[in-house]
Amino acid sequence: MPIQVLMPALSPTMEKGNLAKWLKKEGETIKSGDVIAEIETDKATMEVEATDEGTLGQILVPEGTQDVAVNTPIATILSEGENASAAKSAQPAPKAAESTPPAKEEKTAEAPRATVPAQPKALPDPDVPAGTEMVMMTVREALRDAMAEEMRRDPDVFVMGEEVAEYQGAYKVTQGLLQEFGVKRVIDTPITEHGFAGLGVGAALAGLKPIVEFMTWNFAMQAMDQLINSAAKTLYMSGGQMGCSIVFRGPNGAASRVAAQHSQDFSSWYSHIPGLTVIAPYTAADYKGLLKAAIRNPNPIIFLENEILYGQSFPVPKLDDYVLPIGRARIAREGTDVTLVAYAMGMSYALKAAEELAKENISAEVIDLRTLRPMDTETIVNSVKKTSRVVTVEEGWKQSGIGAEISARIMEEAFDYLDAPVIRVSAKDVPLPYAANLEKLALPSVGEVVAAAKAVCYR
Amino acid sequence: MAAVSSAKSATPDVSSRAGSTGQGSPNAVPEFSKEQDLVAYRDMLSIRRFEEKAGQMYGMGLIGGFCHLYIGQEAVVIGMQMALKQGDQIITGYRDHGHMLACDMDPKGVMAELTGRKNGYSRGKGGSMHMFSVEKGFFGGHGIVAAQVPLGTGLAFANRYRGNDNVSVVYFGDGAANQGQVYESFNMASLWKLPVIYVIENNRYAMGTSINRSSSTVDLSRRGISFNIEGEQVDGMDVRAVKAAGEKAVKRCREGKGPYILEMLTYRYRGHSMSDPAKYRTREEVEKVRGEQDPIEQVRHRLLEKGMTEDALKKIDAEVRARVNEAGEFATNDPEPDPSELYTDVMR
Repeated sequence: MPIQVLMPALSPTMEKGNLAKWLKKEGETIKSGDVIAEIETDKATMEVEATDEGTLGQILVPEGTQDVAVNTPIATILSEGENASAAKSAQPAPKAAESTPPAKEEKTAEAPRATVPAQPKALPDPDVPAGTEMVMMTVREALRDAMAEEMRRDPDVFVMGEEVAEYQGAYKVTQGLLQEFGVKRVIDTPITEHGFAGLGVGAALAGLKPIVEFMTWNFAMQAMDQLINSAAKTLYMSGGQMGCSIVFRGPNGAASRVAAQHSQDFSSWYSHIPGLTVIAPYTAADYKGLLKAAIRNPNPIIFLENEILYGQSFPVPKLDDYVLPIGRARIAREGTDVTLVAYAMGMSYALKAAEELAKENISAEVIDLRTLRPMDTETIVNSVKKTSRVVTVEEGWKQSGIGAEISARIMEEAFDYLDAPVIRVSAKDVPLPYAANLEKLALPSVGEVVAAAKAVCYR
Repeated sequence: MAAVSSAKSATPDVSSRAGSTGQGSPNAVPEFSKEQDLVAYRDMLSIRRFEEKAGQMYGMGLIGGFCHLYIGQEAVVIGMQMALKQGDQIITGYRDHGHMLACDMDPKGVMAELTGRKNGYSRGKGGSMHMFSVEKGFFGGHGIVAAQVPLGTGLAFANRYRGNDNVSVVYFGDGAANQGQVYESFNMASLWKLPVIYVIENNRYAMGTSINRSSSTVDLSRRGISFNIEGEQVDGMDVRAVKAAGEKAVKRCREGKGPYILEMLTYRYRGHSMSDPAKYRTREEVEKVRGEQDPIEQVRHRLLEKGMTEDALKKIDAEVRARVNEAGEFATNDPEPDPSELYTDVMR
């Protein structure tokens, strides 16, 4: 039997890729370890090595094909004695156009986490002038553009972190910045989180405006003292004399199959600290507008991104200078029966749940917090006054979490409007497991949000 | 008492003394002019009298919390300050009153911060360990051991980014020298040739733990070797030696040669903080250093040799005391911050 070469998964979150180039022709001899093709992922161009020996029988996916789903057969390798016609009969070539990524399939609770994002519906963004052209853009591109625009605008802005320059960003977020701004302003650091976080704060105390990238927020725990004791508190401790304008940013929360030490949502940790501003957007437009605002802000900002969202596309207003106000939630979908309050990846569950609930005639209002500190209590309370029922959605843990904070605020400010106790949908109270099934169980799901919404509606 | 020629006799635990890790030759201590000695005398005495006053006011309950006195180490900051220029930056840890006075911060504002009053440098919100003056180039005042080291390295980064010739002077103690972030900073400072001078104030005790009990290698000037950062040990009780070493290090930094380490061999006479009974060392040890190496007495002795009269020195002493008493009075009578200050300065 000919051996099938499958489209490989080249990163934990990759679902599809582009077949950039075939380096071997049909009929060529292949040794184990030979580079046979180049695959473009959303992060990088990777070489595919053969693991089997033989002859390249048939190329099933021609070069230049976009969006080839992981595990699609892309070629066959013939062992000694086999011929190409055998291969052809063994494997009809699927057309690339048919290699639909699983993301496009309509699933609900069982949908894989990394999917085409649920888009906020129906509501025009009040921050965007009517008639503005919208362009589809990934979160990754939105972040890069935000940084590039602010670096063009202000020479005191620079970006530093591990692999931000020559490597073009571990997650490709800083792609192209080195080429445009040079080594002075796009700085590769050693792997030294505590050190470069402190160095960044020092540079900010001296008046520069650093963007410090953590490869992931998991690694920032090593730098926690500098974020909290130095960045957050110095303005207060100096009686207002000396503050720091600095943005700490990077992917936060669970990615995909990277297990407990690399999958933690730090939202509630940082939002506990006076002096810090904590931003955790969902859509690419918000990523762009809020990162630009963060870079201009004179205070230390914790900017929590999400690796799974990096590759997802959203409409972004085509404006020369799209800056959003920090500290304002947005009603992402209007509704009347129940309020779903979410942020970051939680929004993806909430929006899909709202779709499901609509099918059962439950009208859910979805609030995207966008900023966690300061939290826009007013928008939440106004919605509670309308719906009287609330479900919070987060990928963090329940205890002392964002949902707990929202619940307490609702108790303090809208208790009399509640018709049911608030329910929190969150990660389960365990370190995030590696096994695919357990990971899925540990994280919140659309089904859980739907069930919670029905419960608060007594349905 | 006699002028002290060497730190050796009083520092038996650290036997190989002053010398560069690069060359290894001991530095001859250049003489001070009478005018330089006078400046050093007045400035060091100002710190000592200020700290004595702070200790007294702490005892009276006017100063709360932690209060770490600098008495004994005065030559370090004064000598270094004599080697710096306007625009250079200073950053240190929590034993910071001396550094602030050396930076020419107003003793009234410093003392009022110690008493937690309205006109303190941080409006009463920082206290002893957290004071700053943008105007004087003093970047704190940091309460977490060694946190100032990456911060100060960042100040140097900013200087290089802006292309000016300012130098950042980062003070930390022998205790902080064992924190990991110090070495993370050394690595980046050397890698990027940042204009930073690391001044290790080795007063031989990290709180109550002597350097021999806490450090696998006790010549802290060599702690930069793995990072290709040269350093030297300096008699930190002799203001002339400090100034000379400081000038050399500053020159190197301004020339773009990257970081340098100065290990100042010094001693604190008082406990780690006001609440430290200092049972970890003998009274004799303290008395010996005080008797043989005191930085102020050394200068005083030289001034007398250079023809100053006792009366003239007493006059200086009286002026210094008057200024410190004025600061004490001010800090005692200055009102507490307005309750509305509670919520200001959290964010800009």
